[in-house]
Amino acid sequence: MSASDTGEALTSGSYIMHHLHNLQIGDVNTFWHINLDSLIFSVGLGILFCWLFGRVAKKATTGVPGKLQCLVEMTVEFVDGTVKDTFHGKSALIAPLSLTIFVWIILMNTMDLIPVDWLPMASQMAGVEYMRVVPTTDPNITLAMSFSVFFLMIFYSIKIKGLGGFAKELTMQPFNHWAFIPVNLVMEVVALIAKPVSLGLRLFGNMYAGEMIFFLIALIGVFQLPLHFVWAVFHIMVVLLQAFIFMMLTIVYLSMACEDH
Amino acid sequence: MNLNATLLGQTIAFAVFVIFCMKYIWPPLMSAIEDRQAKIADGLASAERATKDLELAQASATDQLKDAKAEAGAIVDAANKRKAQIVDEAKTAAMAERDKIIASGYAEVEAERNRAKEDLRQQVATLAIAGAEKILERSIDEAAANDIVEKLVGEL
Repeated sequence: MSASDTGEALTSGSYIMHHLHNLQIGDVNTFWHINLDSLIFSVGLGILFCWLFGRVAKKATTGVPGKLQCLVEMTVEFVDGTVKDTFHGKSALIAPLSLTIFVWIILMNTMDLIPVDWLPMASQMAGVEYMRVVPTTDPNITLAMSFSVFFLMIFYSIKIKGLGGFAKELTMQPFNHWAFIPVNLVMEVVALIAKPVSLGLRLFGNMYAGEMIFFLIALIGVFQLPLHFVWAVFHIMVVLLQAFIFMMLTIVYLSMACEDH
Repeated sequence: MNLNATLLGQTIAFAVFVIFCMKYIWPPLMSAIEDRQAKIADGLASAERATKDLELAQASATDQLKDAKAEAGAIVDAANKRKAQIVDEAKTAAMAERDKIIASGYAEVEAERNRAKEDLRQQVATLAIAGAEKILERSIDEAAANDIVEKLVGEL
């Protein structure tokens, strides 16, 4: 659609490449540049979450709740139930953390359901060349969250088991013998690092693939409408499921970190 | 993949949102939910208590009804007994009254008869004297004859 609208001779490839390009500021050749569009949308959606839930929490009544409060409370109770089922320690952090992850990721993933050309075209008319609207299709966003979880895992491991206990977990498993310490260390460190990497990349990969299908559907012309609808309906499941998986794995990883063997 | 400083920005944003959620969203919502759960639990418990109370009240009402019926039966029985007693007493009193009235009637009749007898005797005496006067003509002394007449009358 946009390929012909822009008036330039755009191929399918360049159309997709254009849509996959982030709006970046800073020195692109070094680490020190940021994907402004991803950050704006993710922070904006995070503020939306905080504003909406904060407003409901502030006015929360113990009597008959309104519809919005019901929705919010359902979400909160769902997250609370999931946390209580999985995480048996006591922590004031983990349940709010899970709620934030769940709702925020749902909001970010839901941006995928906005037709792929609307916001990029609007921004192009406003003079901004590139615009990616789904923050979770940016690995920076998902990896930042998964590495924050990783940091918490390390923090809780050391807090619960002590530095010695954490070191012992890395070196004395799965073979409990001093001679196997190097082998154990390599295996355990790989397993440890794999957790946040897979956590972030799973979300990124799923949303990236879903977005790519939307791009491809947008390229096929007039038949895109029914196909777009079908894929969007299917994608709703992916949106919710990936948010749930990210939250669930966060809880599991943190409860593993808190468990003393 | 293009990893860049967005990582840091997103990490900071994540931390801020989590802390906000932990401070201002989770505790009030959780306390509202728990308060409501407590309220609902209270309501259910009091409803159950009310049902039990109602059952008890119904049972006691049935008991009281049974007691009242028994009491009413006893009262009716006592009243019946009392009635029979009163009737008996009245009958006895009436019988006594009747006897007294009959006795006085007899006494009156006796007195009347005695008086009539006396009258009759007087009149017979007078009649006898008158007859004797007629029979004996004029010669007879009235005073001497009175003796005989008195004697006759006394023999009546």
